[in-house]
Amino acid sequence: MRRCLNSPFLLILALGAVVALLPLILPSNFYVRVVAIVYINALAVLGLNLLMGFAGQVSLGHAGFFGIGAYAVALGPVYLGLPGWASLIGGTALSGLLAFVVGRPILRLSGYYLAIATLGMGVLISMVVSNEANITGGPNGMEVPRLVLFGSRITGSLTWYWISGITLVIGALIVVNLIESPTGRAFRAIHDSEIAARVLGVDVARYKLLAFVLSAVFTSIAGSYLVLLDGFVTPNTTSFLLSIELVVMAVLGGLGSILGSIVGAAILVILPQFLTVFHDYEHAVLGAIIIVFLIFLPSGIVPALASLIRRGPA
Amino acid sequence: MSILTVENLRIAFGGVIAIDGVSFSVRRNEIFALIGPNGAGKTTLFNMISGLYVPQSGRIVLDGEDVTNFTPQELARRGMSRTFQNLQVFFRMSAAENVMVGRHLHENRNVFAHLLALPSVHAQNRTTRARAEELLALVGLEGVADRAASSLPYGALKRLEIARALATEPKILLLDEPAAGCNPVETEEIDAVIKTIAAQGVTVVLVEHDMRLVMRISNRIHVLDRGRTLAEGSAAEVRSNPAVVTAYLGGLGEQEAARARD
Repeated sequence: MRRCLNSPFLLILALGAVVALLPLILPSNFYVRVVAIVYINALAVLGLNLLMGFAGQVSLGHAGFFGIGAYAVALGPVYLGLPGWASLIGGTALSGLLAFVVGRPILRLSGYYLAIATLGMGVLISMVVSNEANITGGPNGMEVPRLVLFGSRITGSLTWYWISGITLVIGALIVVNLIESPTGRAFRAIHDSEIAARVLGVDVARYKLLAFVLSAVFTSIAGSYLVLLDGFVTPNTTSFLLSIELVVMAVLGGLGSILGSIVGAAILVILPQFLTVFHDYEHAVLGAIIIVFLIFLPSGIVPALASLIRRGPA
Repeated sequence: MSILTVENLRIAFGGVIAIDGVSFSVRRNEIFALIGPNGAGKTTLFNMISGLYVPQSGRIVLDGEDVTNFTPQELARRGMSRTFQNLQVFFRMSAAENVMVGRHLHENRNVFAHLLALPSVHAQNRTTRARAEELLALVGLEGVADRAASSLPYGALKRLEIARALATEPKILLLDEPAAGCNPVETEEIDAVIKTIAAQGVTVVLVEHDMRLVMRISNRIHVLDRGRTLAEGSAAEVRSNPAVVTAYLGGLGEQEAARARD
């Protein structure tokens, strides 16, 4: 178990096995769909974790990139006549480009100031999609044309389960690759001591920007997937609340933990499904559960469990 | 031939002139110490030389090149590295990984290769890791390569910073109080490490409070007081300089020192 948690490549293998086998035990289409949504959120959180957990830079505006991905697959086919897959790639590129342009000035900030600046960016994107009602449908949202690949329409929970599951495994593999490389070490060094990183020759501004762009790309793809699965997009995909949810998933699961990103996403997606029994108090109970988790497992669920296993008779 | 020359450096913070017209020259391959009472400006001077502070006037010449306004990254490329008085260890990483970050400039930094984990990245990781282990052994930290840096004792962290700085393959290494907070045994270990480094052809500039360490290992000593140069010379010359004794022990210190039993 200990070695399993330590070896990132075994983790990818295990994740692949879970993705491959889970449909066999999921009792209904509803569950398949919920797990697909978990994978999609996990992909976004994985990206955010690259920025927050590894490079140590906070973002409260990642829903902005999620929304760009989401609206790209809605607007691209309708207004530009682009195929869905091209819109998805275009949205991803646009998110990366925006992160590159916006990241340059705001990543000079740190701590609270960076949090506020990224929040502002997210809110701006959200306002644009809400206010350009004649293009985006405003608060009512708009329909998202089904993705067509190789002449067949991509629909159905199970199809999206496979697409999002495979993408998540690839995403996790990319993060693992990166973390165990000079780039990943530069990210982690910046997190712990920017001054020391600079003195060792690490181009701090470049690596912060790189982490920001990569995380925007992950989140944007997740945004596209979610609305393609739903067949509908609303400004909720760009909302401040979603930015916060992504941060909560990352922190709850464990900053700097790949498995943690997935666990955090799973808890925040699945738990509300069970909490519906509390009716009006659903959100209060969810909030209470999150608070309890963070008090008792402040480093996040996965890192806390990992250190517990390490200390125990392994 | 001097590897590092500092001319008339000056920096002020608000109304406080922290460094006021300091000049010195470090010869290739020597151990050069900067000493002075608390608040003399030693660390400030280090921060200017290593590019963390921009001097208001004066010049810094590294190996014949004017590097006065260079960033720390640019200085690292030109062979300067340093350690920190208050530790700047990467606490979330292992000891070996800390040192591996020091190899950054000597590694292939193609991000796409990293994303795909090409075989060349694995091979490079192995080389970097092997070099990190060698350097850990050099500073006496063999066997802790995979320990989390946060779990190491203070004295080990001081040496870890030295190994990390050496990983950049510096021509000149600035050590800011390498023995601060260390017990006598740890101090002696650091003493030995510094001598080994110097023997390998790295010029060492150190700031240090531990006088015995400074006197034992330095070729030349530069004394600062309140941002100005007080004296410069060999250990014996500095020790017998009345101005130095006064700065360290106060006006009556000289009499006191003369009357003290050995």
